[in-house]
Amino acid sequence: MAAPLVLHLLLALLLGSGGRSGAEPERDSLREELVLTPLPSGDVSATFQFRTRWDSELQLEGVSHYRLFPKVLGQLISKYSVQELHLSLTQGFWRTRFWGQPFLQAPAGAELWVWFQDSVVDVDKSWKELSNILSGIFCASLNFIDSTNTVTPTASFKPLGLANGTNHHFLRYAVLPREVVCTENLTPWKKLLPCSSKAGLSVLLKAERLFHTSYHSQAVHIRPVCRDAHCVSVSWELRQTLTVVFDAFTTGQGKKDWSLFRMFSRTITEACPLASQSHIYVDISRNSQENETLEVSPPPTSTYQAVVLGDRRTYAVYDLLNPATFSGSRSLNLQLRWKQFQDIGSQLVPFLHAQRYVSGYGLQKGELSTVLHNTHPYRAFPVLLLETVPWYLRLYVHTLAITTKGKENKPSYIHYQPAQDRLRPHLLEMLIQLPANSVTKVSIQFERALLKWTEYTPDPNHGFYVSPSVLSALVPNLVGAKPANWEESPLFSTMFPVSDSSSYFVRLYTEPLLVNLPTPDFSMPYNVICLTCTVVAVCYGSFYNLLTRTFHLEEPKRSRLVRIAVKNK
Amino acid sequence: MRKSGLPWKPGSLQPAPRLARRKTEKIRGKHAALCFATMAVMLGLPLWWKTTETYRAALPYSQIGHLDSMLLRLRVPVSVVFIQGSLPIVDQQKLPFTVVNERDVPLKCKMKLKCRFQLAYRMAGSHEEKAFKKDTIEEAEAALPLPKEDTLGSLNIFVIPEKSSLLPKDKMSYIGPKRTAFVRGTQVRQALTVMGQRILQVAQSMSLTDEVLAAALGDRLPEDKVSLDKRRPLKSSLGYEITFSLLNPDPKSHEVHWDIEGAVENYVQPFLSLLSVVGNFSMDSQILYYAMLGVTPRFDAASSSYTLAAYSLPHVINPVEARLGSRATSLYPVINFLLYVPERAHSPLYIQDKDGARVATNAFHSPRWGGIMVYNVDPSAYNTTKYPVKVDVDMVPVMEVFLSQMRLLFGIPPPQMPENFLLGDPPREGLRSWEVDRLVWARTVENVATVVTTLTSLAELLDKIGNIVIKDNVASEVYRAVDAIQEAVVELSAGNLELAFRYSREAVTSSEKAFFDPSLLHLLYFPDDQKFAIYIPLFLPMAVPIFLSMIKIIVENQKARKDIEKVD
Repeated sequence: MAAPLVLHLLLALLLGSGGRSGAEPERDSLREELVLTPLPSGDVSATFQFRTRWDSELQLEGVSHYRLFPKVLGQLISKYSVQELHLSLTQGFWRTRFWGQPFLQAPAGAELWVWFQDSVVDVDKSWKELSNILSGIFCASLNFIDSTNTVTPTASFKPLGLANGTNHHFLRYAVLPREVVCTENLTPWKKLLPCSSKAGLSVLLKAERLFHTSYHSQAVHIRPVCRDAHCVSVSWELRQTLTVVFDAFTTGQGKKDWSLFRMFSRTITEACPLASQSHIYVDISRNSQENETLEVSPPPTSTYQAVVLGDRRTYAVYDLLNPATFSGSRSLNLQLRWKQFQDIGSQLVPFLHAQRYVSGYGLQKGELSTVLHNTHPYRAFPVLLLETVPWYLRLYVHTLAITTKGKENKPSYIHYQPAQDRLRPHLLEMLIQLPANSVTKVSIQFERALLKWTEYTPDPNHGFYVSPSVLSALVPNLVGAKPANWEESPLFSTMFPVSDSSSYFVRLYTEPLLVNLPTPDFSMPYNVICLTCTVVAVCYGSFYNLLTRTFHLEEPKRSRLVRIAVKNK
Repeated sequence: MRKSGLPWKPGSLQPAPRLARRKTEKIRGKHAALCFATMAVMLGLPLWWKTTETYRAALPYSQIGHLDSMLLRLRVPVSVVFIQGSLPIVDQQKLPFTVVNERDVPLKCKMKLKCRFQLAYRMAGSHEEKAFKKDTIEEAEAALPLPKEDTLGSLNIFVIPEKSSLLPKDKMSYIGPKRTAFVRGTQVRQALTVMGQRILQVAQSMSLTDEVLAAALGDRLPEDKVSLDKRRPLKSSLGYEITFSLLNPDPKSHEVHWDIEGAVENYVQPFLSLLSVVGNFSMDSQILYYAMLGVTPRFDAASSSYTLAAYSLPHVINPVEARLGSRATSLYPVINFLLYVPERAHSPLYIQDKDGARVATNAFHSPRWGGIMVYNVDPSAYNTTKYPVKVDVDMVPVMEVFLSQMRLLFGIPPPQMPENFLLGDPPREGLRSWEVDRLVWARTVENVATVVTTLTSLAELLDKIGNIVIKDNVASEVYRAVDAIQEAVVELSAGNLELAFRYSREAVTSSEKAFFDPSLLHLLYFPDDQKFAIYIPLFLPMAVPIFLSMIKIIVENQKARKDIEKVD
């Protein structure tokens, strides 16, 4: 099994070094990768990763010269002394229970978390300016990030790259669940790619198809990484990832088979000439040796086996830099045909998944519940749960209840930061031990606050979003994994640093919630003005009359007599 | 009331006490109505006024008004040194003395502009005499002792003997790279007057030429004075960002490498360090792949090359601009310099001017935006089977083009001198000191003009629209701008260019801050119909009864007076 892998790596190395003819090696490199995974439900997920690595000190001021690394982001990092930046824009929700564990999940809407360097004096100011600039770069409403939706988690978001200290005062985290992601966000994201959308895998990024999907998530991750094995100096890594889930049924006219052309309405004709590595991986793990359940065409040049997300997976590998890939035809149109399709029922449910919902009736009180599932048959593991709740839902902390199998489950770590009206949200972080094969329910009651007239959103009857809870956990592996060479393994397996071989890191997000708040009738102020004016007018009028008019008795008899007298005359 | 208002009906049988009571009642009613009216006027009106008032801090309106019609006097201090033998003896004895020459610059607006050259004549000292014993003019210049006043904007002119061999025979004067010039003397009668004219001409071309004033004042000059080519330099700003971009639309055939680090360090950095008086500069560079021009070049069969015609150049920039990336981290204007390596299918590519001839530099610039240069790959490089072809850009010609474009963009065109002037070579950095001075003159005048416009239009706006809130910070910025501009004007007329420039920059910053303060807009768009919608239901029922009873009281009073007259 290892022999083809080594051979493949050797080939990649040879090709890589052959591409650059002598001279000094460039200090930046690009790797691109597409992973196609047939999901248990029959859908297909496609994960693009573009990694630009730059062996340079970005933090140094002065003249800066960019080649593959985008200038805009580079300037941003050096100006705001950013240590790590993670931004994701997502439309739709990754259904962990049906689709399995994702390589990298993101919450619906926009998510931004940034670690600043410890030299930053005013973190809040930098955070505000940074989010405003990012909002301009990505055409997203990140400018709505302010103190009311920003939190500083103490444990959930550790730096993913190299970091000296992990003083969480330099971390800021915000989610905008209301954000709608569309083409205008994709275009600037594509512009950051060295090959733009002209060559290589990025040719497939056609907005029309990418947004016609069940799940669309695009992200930018910037972090410092080790330059080499000795880790003496730092390189900067920019990862642009894009995950889409195609509804195979609707795009494939009822069949679960798929091809690149059917999904993206494009095929690949060439690799990006700037990339030092350009691979397509197709997950063929379900093709067990006894019976062939699926068939990929053209046949792959090599396969890659690894323990990914706790399970042993087999991938068919297509190297776009290898001219043999395109030898058959001018373009590469990957196809997958099912010989026999397994149903969802037979599939393994992921070890960790969660749901969240809001319950209660009326417009005064309610309850937030998060249900965590551990489906591992015999291993218990701890989960870090992070909840951020906006200030207008006033949490009753004494009602916090964590129950597993009907018994109370005491969290081993709990951090609660109460909200301040119009200033900051609630932050609740807990480390909860999930027993094997169990369901844990975390619930907390809240009261809805009344907002000021101008604080309501333009369509308040739609409801107010509550950002999803975040679960971070080290989930035990099903099979033991060998520690792999970080720089040489495929990109999808190197997003999170792996500490030991028996477990893998997972970060999951639950659904965002939509809560109705008591909403007034917005024509009310005018009604009130009119009503008070009328009341004033009526009261004042009669009062005025009473005071200024003089009243005296009339003698109606006399006047009548006069009239009669006149008549009789 | 009406009924009771008809007294003395014939045949009325009212008993006297009842009548008296009615009368007092009437008077009481009158008093009550008056009371209401006075309360409404004394209490209600001020209360309403106070609560609905917009806060407007006091502004120096009169001073701003004066700015519009102020007199701007630009004083250029020139020290004129006569070398032994450059003047007739009679005239030499009159030295030292100072001549002032003032010139009016006609402007379209009320502002007045005067250029004042203050020529301080004196004889040369022994040190200076010694320097002129040298053989060539460059050596003489180098040997000169450092002048006492070598400040921004000042000039030193040396008058050398008429027969001196320092200057070539046909040249009248020499202008050096520093703030120094040499003028050939004369021995004719009235030598000082003749020399005065010559010196003035030299001094003018080194400082306040018409071009400089045109660049600074733009629209304010009468039409016939505006220079013919509408070269508009970059607007004055506190800083500039310079971005060099290498466009490689065809990375499959070309692997382009450029040594931008070295080029910036060797050519651009020294050039900009001389300009650092004008603003801060930051530089960066990037390489953009697959960035195409917006125009497909035309194939020219005769020379088997591709051409970009002059008329299509305006369409070149837009599609590229989308890829250049926005300035993320500062608000300074960006100057772009693009080096375009045409794709293999379109090379070699040449730019044609309006007459159809090839542009020698293969480059063009767009005012206030930047410059583009086309860099053709040596065709012999294609005689290979291995692609991409490695291309090493020769940065010297590229930087020459970019630097000359940079001069144009900043408004330092190559100096045009009369025939009989000899122009010294610029120093290694590429800019003569007096060229920088000319730029600073232009920028200072431009700043002053901008501030005057900004402040007057702000004052006009605030005067016209009463709804605008003027906060204290806006007011203080306005005061600061007015103070700074006045200081700048004073310094200009005193000849301290550097200080004047600094003050004028301060004034620009403050005035822009005041003008663009977001607080000005807060109540600007509060519509009047909404205001009336609130006021009418409140005021109409209150005001109408008061008005009616007032009218009635007045009418009754008049009637009563008439009655009294009748009785009389």
